[in-house]
Amino acid sequence: MIKNLVAGSLGLLFGFGLIIANMTNPSKVLAFLDVSGEWDPSLAIVMASALITLAVMQRLMHLSPETQTSCDGVKQGIDRKLLIGSAIFGIGWGLSGICPGPALVGLSAGLPAVLVFIGAMFVGFVIFNRFHQR
Amino acid sequence: MTEITILSAALGGVIIGLAAGLLLVTHKRVAGISGIASGLLLPWNAESGWRLWFLLGLIASAPLYRVMVGEIPIQLDAPLAVLAVAGVLVGYGSRLGGGCTSGHGVCGIARLSVRSIVATLMFMFTAAVTVYIQRHVL
Repeated sequence: MIKNLVAGSLGLLFGFGLIIANMTNPSKVLAFLDVSGEWDPSLAIVMASALITLAVMQRLMHLSPETQTSCDGVKQGIDRKLLIGSAIFGIGWGLSGICPGPALVGLSAGLPAVLVFIGAMFVGFVIFNRFHQR
Repeated sequence: MTEITILSAALGGVIIGLAAGLLLVTHKRVAGISGIASGLLLPWNAESGWRLWFLLGLIASAPLYRVMVGEIPIQLDAPLAVLAVAGVLVGYGSRLGGGCTSGHGVCGIARLSVRSIVATLMFMFTAAVTVYIQRHVL
């Protein structure tokens, strides 16, 4: 129970980070991706400061994930799935300016657009499970 | 057009990194949102509990922020049909590629995973091309 509450507060903290960084705003994300327009580097700054913070914590506390259930760090090497999956993800991200974290934070905004996106995202998860797992 | 917001971007990034680091300390798990969210699909397992709570926290962050701090700007211009297609691509692609902006882009690169660096370069590239075509070609 305590572990779940901790996970809940970390989700909250993660969400606050996204909100403060303004990454919950799709037009902000698209302004980063639009390199030939009036380029807004904010997203790169968010990513850099997040991963530097995490890297420092990992170094200081000798952290390493016990098992990689949430992402695929155990796998080695570059394969077709990694390249094609990431390419597909990027097209969806570019079309919308939304990725999974900001989508879930935006859920409470009550916009039908966000609901459609999240529903479709879960359809994408299900399609993956159907064809690639179990 | 959006304003460049260096300070809030850096501060928000530090908070995101801190949350990911603490999840590693407390749960020994990577804060990859696509993996956590897709883990909610049935059948549930021993991992589902903390995942559900993490996502509830994530969802609760916006209303709490509105009460404590103020409005959250969300400008979303894409039509519903485009968002539906985009959502499927984001969901399917993130699972096939083994991660999204958080799992590969932040957590993976922080531990210098070559796979994550390649994945991040790939989705940044296809996203930028997609935006370019949408805004400057079509």
